[in-house]
Amino acid sequence: MSLEQAAFERVQRLVYSLAGIVLENGKEYLVEARLAPIAKTHGFTRIEELIAQLDIKPDLIAQVVEAMTTNETSFFRDHRPFELIRTKIMPELLLKREERRTLDIWCAACSSGQEPYSVAMLLHDNFPELASWRVRILATDISSAILERARCARFSQLEVNRGLGAAQLVKHFHREGLQWELKPELRNMVNFTQLNLIANWPILPTFDLVFLRNVMIYFDVETKRKVLAKLSERVAQGGYIFLGGGESTLNIDTNLERVEFENSACYRVASPSSNIAARP
Amino acid sequence: MDQSASNSSESVQKSKTQLRALVVDDSRSMRAILRRALEQCGFEVLEAVNGRDAVERLAMMRIPDLALVDWNMPEMTGIEFVIAIRSDKNYNAMRIVMVTTETEMEQVERALKAGANEYVMKPFTREVLVDKLTLLGLGDQLP
Repeated sequence: MSLEQAAFERVQRLVYSLAGIVLENGKEYLVEARLAPIAKTHGFTRIEELIAQLDIKPDLIAQVVEAMTTNETSFFRDHRPFELIRTKIMPELLLKREERRTLDIWCAACSSGQEPYSVAMLLHDNFPELASWRVRILATDISSAILERARCARFSQLEVNRGLGAAQLVKHFHREGLQWELKPELRNMVNFTQLNLIANWPILPTFDLVFLRNVMIYFDVETKRKVLAKLSERVAQGGYIFLGGGESTLNIDTNLERVEFENSACYRVASPSSNIAARP
Repeated sequence: MDQSASNSSESVQKSKTQLRALVVDDSRSMRAILRRALEQCGFEVLEAVNGRDAVERLAMMRIPDLALVDWNMPEMTGIEFVIAIRSDKNYNAMRIVMVTTETEMEQVERALKAGANEYVMKPFTREVLVDKLTLLGLGDQLP
């Protein structure tokens, strides 16, 4: 039985107002697929019953919104941004931050943790000089449930199969039953905390690198503009922002400028005094 | 994808030298799955039914760019095949990926030590294979 229109529209309004997610008409099937397990868990036979309870059981709202977020991710997803960071961005940042010897990195929609752990792995394996630096990797997501998973740093066979080199698997993981657990030295490099990109942000440091990948595809133009404006205030001079492979600032009025490299691109806060040149 | 983009992609594909892959697996269905995935990635695909068959075929063909090798096979296992191939410097450039149901850490380590470049644990998806090809520097030709 297909989802009643009123229930679908309620979910549409809810995920837009609380998470900025635009749920287009025709996505009823997605709502059904995502909310059916929650309805079952709470003893409802129909999703409409779950939706009807949102007014009297507010704790269900967070579960519904979190369920409607997409958690597709993998280690070293899209590969090229990480290669760019390894070969160009990090060598540059090491020089620029040489005096203060600190590095702040933010994975702003970290999902189950593969992205921040990939960053940790990249830094650990390629830049041993950072051992004497203060390196902070902040990983945030709107979903408390997915953050709980991320903190555990346990991944399925399918998850470690994707994007992760066999040598990295051997070096940084150990088997725990059917799961693969990341070793503490990398887990401890990442701090996870809940953050809703469209709500008020807590006090955040100024970041040298920000990953905001595959999030804005779910936002409308106005929400994208607001999030990028807030983000640009939190990016250090000379810092970089990575968006998802299919995302850009096209048609969004921002003060970010695109920096093109041979196989990849990222963004930085536009500044007339900026002296970082993109190199082919 | 619109027609012009598709044509453009095809012409780029044709202008490159097609990479070749050898699939070594005693299961016909697994060979077919790997063949299909590799062909979708633009490879010319050759097949062998076990390690010994692969060694014999390799002696008579231009060295492929890639070998996908099962672990458990009759006559010569995948790990024996890797050791045999890595004892001959002529095959240094051929990347070897173990594709196997063996999923213990010790086996991944053993395969790498023997000279395998990558390791895919079954079951896997096409995305897993594509990611591994990218890690091996064979991803640029992907359509």
